[in-house]
Amino acid sequence: MEYLPNILFAILLIIGIGYFAKNVKKLIRNIKLGRDVDVSDNKSQRFKNMTMIALGQSKMVRRPVAGFLHLIVYVGFIIINIEVLEIIIDGIFRTHRIGLKVLPESVYGFLIGAFEVLAILVFISVIVFWVRRNVIKLARFWKREMTSWPKNDGNFILYFEMVLMTLFLIMNATDVHFQELNSGNVISQHIAPLFNGLSEGTLHFIERGAWWLHIIGILVFLNYLYFSKHLHILLAFPNTYYGKLAPKGQLDNLEAVTKEVQLMMDPDADPYAVPEDDGEAPEKFGASDVQDLNWVQLLNAYTCTECGRCTSECPANQTGKKLSPRKIMMDTRDRLEEVGKNIDINKGEFKEDGKQLLDNYITREELWACTSCNACTEACPVSIDPLSIILDMRRYLVMEQSAAPTELNNMMTNIENNGAPWPYNQMDRLNWKNE
Amino acid sequence: MSELLKVPTMAEFMAQGKQPEVLFWVGCAGSFDDRAKKITKAFVKLLNKANVEFAVLGTEESCTGDPAKRAGNEFLFQMQAVTNIEVLNAYEVKKIVTACPHCFNTIKNEYPELGGHYKVMHHTQFLKTLLEDGRLTIEGGKFKGKRITFHDPCYLGRANNVYEAPRELIQKLEAELIEMKNCRRNGLCCGAGGAQMFKEPEEGNKDVNVERTEQALDVKPEIIAAGCPFCNTMMTDGVKAKEKETQVRVMDVAELIANAQDL
Repeated sequence: MEYLPNILFAILLIIGIGYFAKNVKKLIRNIKLGRDVDVSDNKSQRFKNMTMIALGQSKMVRRPVAGFLHLIVYVGFIIINIEVLEIIIDGIFRTHRIGLKVLPESVYGFLIGAFEVLAILVFISVIVFWVRRNVIKLARFWKREMTSWPKNDGNFILYFEMVLMTLFLIMNATDVHFQELNSGNVISQHIAPLFNGLSEGTLHFIERGAWWLHIIGILVFLNYLYFSKHLHILLAFPNTYYGKLAPKGQLDNLEAVTKEVQLMMDPDADPYAVPEDDGEAPEKFGASDVQDLNWVQLLNAYTCTECGRCTSECPANQTGKKLSPRKIMMDTRDRLEEVGKNIDINKGEFKEDGKQLLDNYITREELWACTSCNACTEACPVSIDPLSIILDMRRYLVMEQSAAPTELNNMMTNIENNGAPWPYNQMDRLNWKNE
Repeated sequence: MSELLKVPTMAEFMAQGKQPEVLFWVGCAGSFDDRAKKITKAFVKLLNKANVEFAVLGTEESCTGDPAKRAGNEFLFQMQAVTNIEVLNAYEVKKIVTACPHCFNTIKNEYPELGGHYKVMHHTQFLKTLLEDGRLTIEGGKFKGKRITFHDPCYLGRANNVYEAPRELIQKLEAELIEMKNCRRNGLCCGAGGAQMFKEPEEGNKDVNVERTEQALDVKPEIIAAGCPFCNTMMTDGVKAKEKETQVRVMDVAELIANAQDL
């Protein structure tokens, strides 16, 4: 019977980590539904980007207030998790504060002291975040797409963090032995008086309760990630690694088109030749659904934490148009999740569901409002590229559907006929010289 | 005045068995748009003054394909690109300068993969090198002490990280360079990019160019400087919409320099 807590702990741990692993597998499968794209180049530059942007938070701090608060929560999250290591060892091996046995008391005290200071800083930062969202109501958190789940998700994450930090501090404050050591209890010593007058037994009960709730909370939070925008804490790293390296203005040249154009321009090509039948259907131009996007674009969608910096910088959105780069990413993820579930239900095979990313999620009106100015990609703190998705969907509309707005069709006809977007004769191109 | 402009073509250079120092890619706006043609001429005057041996393609030039690509017509873009690259490569062009950031971006970034490898410069970068090499001098002249704000074209700034060349030129005019709320990498688009120039905007509560013009007017400039023919049009329209055309002028950086010297 005395091993019961340890067995219980181990079971919880296995379930918690196991379920998370299962969802990570699903996540990877979904991302791989995207087209392949070669991002194996420039490893050192990519590594540098990941280090600077994800680890170093270089783009987060461009907005100083949010950036600074985020830095605290981020550093706090990483460092306080060292404490989780101790909790897991204690939980499995029936020890109590194993750190005290393996480390000198002063070192252990210093570590826990640092954790406690960070915990209270994280707590305060999270409160400020909550106030920005719910009291000050910063515009970017209240845009059209930020209703129901996206809005609640943001708050749930903050509540989670508040509760976890509180439990950690209560756990230390009610640990009689730890308080007696008086080393590292920088914050918890001020909380301990709240529990004055309680018997040692009650204190022990509260301490154990906080300990269990803390680790259960962490496991629940871990598993919440997959369903939440909070996945960015993991995916920001691969996403910044695989992020675009070319100048922002450079849009990819479609290879399938290059082949056709080369064939057309080749004077030796036989116009009557039967096309080689390689058994593959001709490649679809552009994207109407998530499977037409490449896997980095799908990784982008899962990485997006809906902070809305892109949307707040978007000229179209600022002037009241429907386009919101954040919504492009949210829609892509929602549709990808829907496709993933479809595959789960239909035994690994996607069954046509009469829906697609275009029209069912992202409207044409949104796509045509983009000025391709790259304000969104510049603003994103984790190298997400909404513009590439917008462009791929425009490509589908124009090259597969011939569904460009009339004025754009006129512009393109002019380019085709006389080499300029306006109806002027190419032979008049140098007339300005004599005007 | 116009008869003073020397604008040789690549074909003429070729006929003489010579290579120009640089090819001036005029672009569609610079060739056909009435407002942009003035920018083209101002830049040519500066090239003439600095004795730069340049040439244009003239009637052999065609749209780079930028608006087609950004509208989603990759096919038309690549057709244009391949045709232009054939012409450029036949003339063995090595270096290109253009006053249009869209042409600049497309030729510099998107042509290499299709076989077109050139050193491409925006005209503000080129003018800056002329200045540094002592081939061109800039005097403050009539712009001395004037309040000038520079509007960053997206395809020059964010797209290619060119922020300082146009600003250094403006400062050389001994003008007072003032920055808008959104500048450099945070610059707000004029509303023309991504083929928007050629269509009506989607429904909203304001036009992008008006929003940007308001940002410019907020810093009370006498001149809004631009480095892109499309931005120039959008900002000019914005100033008109705000009924400020008598107080505020929109001018290209090349025009500022040419005007300062009464060219």
